[in-house]
Amino acid sequence: MNFGFDEDQELLRLSVRKFLDEQCPLEKVRELAQTPSGYSAELWERLAELGWLGLILPEQYGGSGQGWVDLTVLLEEVGRSLFPGPLVSTLLAGAAINEGGSDEQRSRWLPGLANGSRIGTLAFFDADSPFGPDGIAAFGQRVGDGYVISGEWASVSDVSEANLFIVAFRAANEGVTLAVVEADTPDLTATTLAGIDATKRFGTLRLEGVRVAAGSILGAAGDGSELATALLDRGAAACTAEIIGAAEALTQITVQYAKDRVQFGHPIGHYQGVKHPLAEAYVDCECMKSLAYYAAWSIDESPGEVAGSVSKAKGFASEAFTRIGVTGIQLHGAVGYTEEYDCQLYLKRSKWARPAFGDEDYHYERVATLGGV
Amino acid sequence: MDFNFSKQDEKFRTEVRAFIDQNNPAGRPEDRSPKDIQAWNQKLAEKRWIGFSWPREDGGGGGSVIEQFILKEEMSKAHTPALGSDFMGLAWVGPALIRHGTAAQKDRFLPDLLNGRSVWCTGYSEPDIGSDLAGLQTKAVLDEGSGGSHYVVNGQKIWTTAAHVAKWIFMLVRTTSESESRYGGITCLLIPMDSPGIEVQPIKSLVGYHSFNQVFFNDVRVPVENRLGAEGEGWKVVMGALANERSGISESTGMERQLEDLKELARNSKKNGRPALEDPAVRRELGRYESMISAMRLNGLRNLTKQLQGSPPSTETSVNKFLRGQLEIPMADFSMSLLGTAAQETGPWQTNSLTFHGVVIGGGSPNIQRNIIAERILGLPKD
Ligand SMILES: Cc1cc2nc3c(=O)[nH]c(=O)nc-3n(C[C@H](O)[C@H](O)[C@H](O)COP(=O)(O)OP(=O)(O)OC[C@H]3O[C@@H](n4cnc5c(N)ncnc54)[C@H](O)[C@@H]3O)c2cc1C
Repeated sequence: MNFGFDEDQELLRLSVRKFLDEQCPLEKVRELAQTPSGYSAELWERLAELGWLGLILPEQYGGSGQGWVDLTVLLEEVGRSLFPGPLVSTLLAGAAINEGGSDEQRSRWLPGLANGSRIGTLAFFDADSPFGPDGIAAFGQRVGDGYVISGEWASVSDVSEANLFIVAFRAANEGVTLAVVEADTPDLTATTLAGIDATKRFGTLRLEGVRVAAGSILGAAGDGSELATALLDRGAAACTAEIIGAAEALTQITVQYAKDRVQFGHPIGHYQGVKHPLAEAYVDCECMKSLAYYAAWSIDESPGEVAGSVSKAKGFASEAFTRIGVTGIQLHGAVGYTEEYDCQLYLKRSKWARPAFGDEDYHYERVATLGGV
Repeated sequence: MDFNFSKQDEKFRTEVRAFIDQNNPAGRPEDRSPKDIQAWNQKLAEKRWIGFSWPREDGGGGGSVIEQFILKEEMSKAHTPALGSDFMGLAWVGPALIRHGTAAQKDRFLPDLLNGRSVWCTGYSEPDIGSDLAGLQTKAVLDEGSGGSHYVVNGQKIWTTAAHVAKWIFMLVRTTSESESRYGGITCLLIPMDSPGIEVQPIKSLVGYHSFNQVFFNDVRVPVENRLGAEGEGWKVVMGALANERSGISESTGMERQLEDLKELARNSKKNGRPALEDPAVRRELGRYESMISAMRLNGLRNLTKQLQGSPPSTETSVNKFLRGQLEIPMADFSMSLLGTAAQETGPWQTNSLTFHGVVIGGGSPNIQRNIIAERILGLPKD
């Protein structure tokens, strides 16, 4: 039993934090948010060189073979600095091919995802379907040993930047299939929507009669439900790790403000109406960390516990980050409501993160079901 | 990061389970006789599982904090009686003696504590002093006439749980006036409850039970060898004791059991004429409790990891103490909402929904935990 990070993980945390503090402080984040792509291609290349894009991919495909606990460290720091870009999407596309693909498929796509030349993402749901593997829409038609797929996938992260899509669909009377679709496919339209958090891009992916050959299908056709569930859980775990970093940063910014801002002759943090919500934010952060670290560890070491531990973590984090977002703005007073102060950036992230990979309604329901009720 | 218990820990868990299978008194917890419980404690003492994580040279079991965690977890799952009969003595008086006691004091008190021959109560609160404990006024004055061999104690304590059955009181007194030295004027004394000049008066709680008391001290003579730690170091002693009290209160095992009971209640309840478990709001609430209780359990394990690395429990125990309050009252009220109009009757759930109000205040109210977290962990200015 050991609830600590090892030395390598602590070093990874320090180097990610140093890199992001130097290369992408919040001024830079704000600048990138104004650009069409929303991220810096130059920094993307640096991430690849540092080995962070391939952190969880096997070494033989250009990755560094680390686990989800390591990835959690990376993503906590990425969340702390609101670092924008298709990092989580690309990591998840890599996980999909690594966990669901054949050796041939891995050699074909993973090196590009690890070295930054390919940007990947997941396209799982249409606008009307509920979150979860059961909500994957019937957009496929069997043709020979492959499929023809048509439909519109919603909430696809980094849809305009990605050039490799992990698309989920089902054919009538079949289970879920996951397949790789490349962006140069004809009859593919990616549309980015205006989003509440300019550091997180997403939109719709439209496919019109796109042919999926057998060689692009991950695992057995019609048998991808387990893989889809695994990826949704990994997505929720990744999202939770980013939430922790962002929620802690917002708590810290607000604690500092409460120490500096003086009203009625005292720093406002002297008053309980201010200090108590901050204490609660701290408690929320501690709980998120405990739950998320356990979830990450179970992805690496204890597959039977992944569903429950991930849902506890993301369910709790969805609610807690929402609370901390409110606290952060309200305790700043009017400056909190300005464009200029950074707390608004975190508030917007909290709005984006709550439904990403399932909100608390979805996850608490799942915890209840798994808990035997 | 490794949440697997070591082979040795797993072996220990197996041993605990086998012990429970053999020795857990039969029948429902509420039907157990004092004799059953005594026999159970006797068996535990033979194993050295009472005071299990105390050093062996002090009569403890020399177990690791992780083993202690496993022991408590398994016992809770199996609904066994508690670990030893003297809750307060074992949870904080013993550890305080181990940390601050002289060799003679350890010899005198620890064996009785471990064998269940002494029951302790705790004298912190006073009628005018609750959350602001450092303002306590009960006085102890060295009796010069006796050559300084005794303190003479005068004052009053209140809310003293179990004072009516205790043999000893773990007691905070003022040895220097508050104006001269607020924190440095506090001293810890260990006083026999049968000392002349002590009078105990019961207080009935809102539940209708008699569990706490007022205790009056009228020229009570206490030998100086009953002082724990130096004169004026009582605050240091009590800070450690309170961290131990809170870490005991913060254990998640009791909460896990409550949740299982609550789920069972939900399975047998209706909402708007339909099975309660078909109501998404009921299900979500149960999922939320389960998630938060897991967070408590994991927070506890994170703290244990720190203790294994050598730092004793401290302010971080306030996190789980606070969480417990955030969970316990809502869970109790949720059970009442499942009962519908039956909530108006009497019964175990109804009693629970009253009892938790006291549990949440004891050991420091939620506001005090918020203050501790904000001031000592986040470094916000004191109010
Ligand atoms: C079931 C039970 C068992 C107990 N057992 C014992 C025992 O064995 N021995 C013992 O010594 N004591 C015991 N206590 C007493 C307990 O420690 C005190 O009740 C507790 O510390 C609060 O003190 P108080 O009741 O005087 O409330 P007060 O301190 O008067 O507080 C009243 C209210 O004001 C709030 N408040 C007070 N100060 C502040 C502040 N600075 N900021 C914000 N809010 C504040 C509190 O949160 C509370 O809501 C027990 C209490 C209970 C309920």
